[in-house]
Amino acid sequence: MKFVQNIFDQTRPLVEKDGKRNILYPLHNAIETMAFVPDHTAHSGAHVRDAIDLKRTMVTVIFAMVPALLFGMWNIGRLHFGAFGEESTLLDNVIFGAMKLLPLIIVTYAAGLGVEIYFSWKRNHPVNEGFLVSGLLIPMIMPVDIPLWMVAISTIFAVLIGKEVFGGTGMNLLNPALTARAFAFFAYPTWMSGDKVWINTTSAEGGQLVDGYSGATALGDLATTVGQGMGNPATETVMAQFGPEGTYSLMNAFLGLIPGSIGETSAALILLGGLFLVFKGVGSWRIMVSFFIGGFVMAGIFNAFAVNEFMGINPLHQLMLGGFMFGMVFMATDPVSASQTATGKLIYGFLAGFFGIMIRVFNPAYPEGIMLAILFMNVMAPLIDHYVVEANVKRRTKRLANA
Amino acid sequence: MSTEVKTKESLFSKKNQQLLKDPFNDNNPITVQVLGICSALAITVKLEPAIVMSLSVMFVLAAGNVIISLIRNLIPNRIRIIVQLVVVASLVILVDQFLKAFAYDVSKQLSVFVGLIITNCIIMGRFEAFALGNGPWKAFLDGIGNSIGYGVILIAVAFVRELLGSGQLLGAQIIPLSWYIDMDKGTGFYANNGFFLFPPMALIVVGMIIWAQRAKNTKLIEEN
Repeated sequence: MKFVQNIFDQTRPLVEKDGKRNILYPLHNAIETMAFVPDHTAHSGAHVRDAIDLKRTMVTVIFAMVPALLFGMWNIGRLHFGAFGEESTLLDNVIFGAMKLLPLIIVTYAAGLGVEIYFSWKRNHPVNEGFLVSGLLIPMIMPVDIPLWMVAISTIFAVLIGKEVFGGTGMNLLNPALTARAFAFFAYPTWMSGDKVWINTTSAEGGQLVDGYSGATALGDLATTVGQGMGNPATETVMAQFGPEGTYSLMNAFLGLIPGSIGETSAALILLGGLFLVFKGVGSWRIMVSFFIGGFVMAGIFNAFAVNEFMGINPLHQLMLGGFMFGMVFMATDPVSASQTATGKLIYGFLAGFFGIMIRVFNPAYPEGIMLAILFMNVMAPLIDHYVVEANVKRRTKRLANA
Repeated sequence: MSTEVKTKESLFSKKNQQLLKDPFNDNNPITVQVLGICSALAITVKLEPAIVMSLSVMFVLAAGNVIISLIRNLIPNRIRIIVQLVVVASLVILVDQFLKAFAYDVSKQLSVFVGLIITNCIIMGRFEAFALGNGPWKAFLDGIGNSIGYGVILIAVAFVRELLGSGQLLGAQIIPLSWYIDMDKGTGFYANNGFFLFPPMALIVVGMIIWAQRAKNTKLIEEN
């Protein structure tokens, strides 16, 4: 490892402030800090020492995402071969999934880091790790069959308008990964919803799709039942899928054996990642728990009235479908765009989950209500914090006056 | 005894030219004063209505500025807003009737937004800030200058939105139809960006124009 260190040491004078190649400084710095622990030390004042820096936080989140990502990879292959009624081994599925997923990840990182590096270079500050997590989150919340250039454009939009406009990592108002998804959803709705994009059905051997194949997601199917009236035969067939024996049964939804965006299907593995985040102290348990309660309360209210089949779904089952769990663990907990105060986090999480289910059920055209709800609450988070802080100030002033 | 020397200003003196040029960049009504945003969001989905809108505003603003400037010494100060409204409203009705007679399709597309020119902040703003205190010729130049500043931004936004949102310009297909993705046949590689059809995207486009303008013209950046 010494010789790598030597390379960095030797090239450093070239890129430093008055060196010949100082234009390359951000690049040099980025690669160096990725390879080694930075040797910068504070020169004045007292500093709290903590092992958790930005890089370690980001890497912890990446670790938490890996199980869901690997599962998503396997699921791509499983659904693809399943659509043709073919037998496939675990290895077939993973290899097929990797071939679909890796280009998405590479394109996202290339597009996002391109914008980030350009801005660091323009603003003359080192490239930081801000995009590391977003770059992996974006492919996980995209359908498998979305054209790569759409992902690239969405990513560029998210990094540019969602983040760099506000001043870069740590200054953004909105969650960049969700901004990318929202952009793709409104810009290219045909590739972000419907029944053509969730399962890859391009077959080299000209295979035939199995009878009764439906490429829709559980929520997409559910949305078709709204307005049909209860007890209608078409509705009954859809609802049968949600029974204990159906494709979208509670167990399947929990394990993730259903179609959906790549990384969002497996509630079990997402929860595992969530536990890891909470255990490491990186993710906020307040947001996760209150988010879950918020969604559960809303789903419970709908379930109590149950005027259509969509509302009639068991609350717990409702939460396992779509992006709810993924949004809860990886999106709402984004430390930058969420509320900062402890009480604020509880309010923020509760309302995000509450509105998420509400948008999903009230407007079946937006099955991904969770995305819109979290973005909305991102915007509201500073307001929540403001009132929490104000309330605290008021309480303490009163205490002082009474003392 | 002093003889009053009356210097006659030429019609296109430096000062008067400035009246025309200033609203184009340094004092643009949309990107610098941030007025007239509502119409910039509402009617820029297609290029044609945006052009018609710009021309209508140009007529109303130039003519209105001249009328207000001519009667500026007769208007009682306390009811000046009402007088201004009457002038704008009459001119807007003229425009509306004219469009209905000669450009019915566009008039339908613009729908209420022709009538809403009355409430366009730029118009009342110029009446109040300029026409009430200046002569008719200057007021005319100011009106033309401001409406050009408004129109340029409107047309630029509409250009981007129509091209990227529907692949057309002035209703003519620009992006070849064979480029579009056909999911059933599996051909093509391009798709229109539906987000550009929504008003929020107009806001983002205007924002990006402001960003670009400020990056070029650094004196616009406020000190804080």
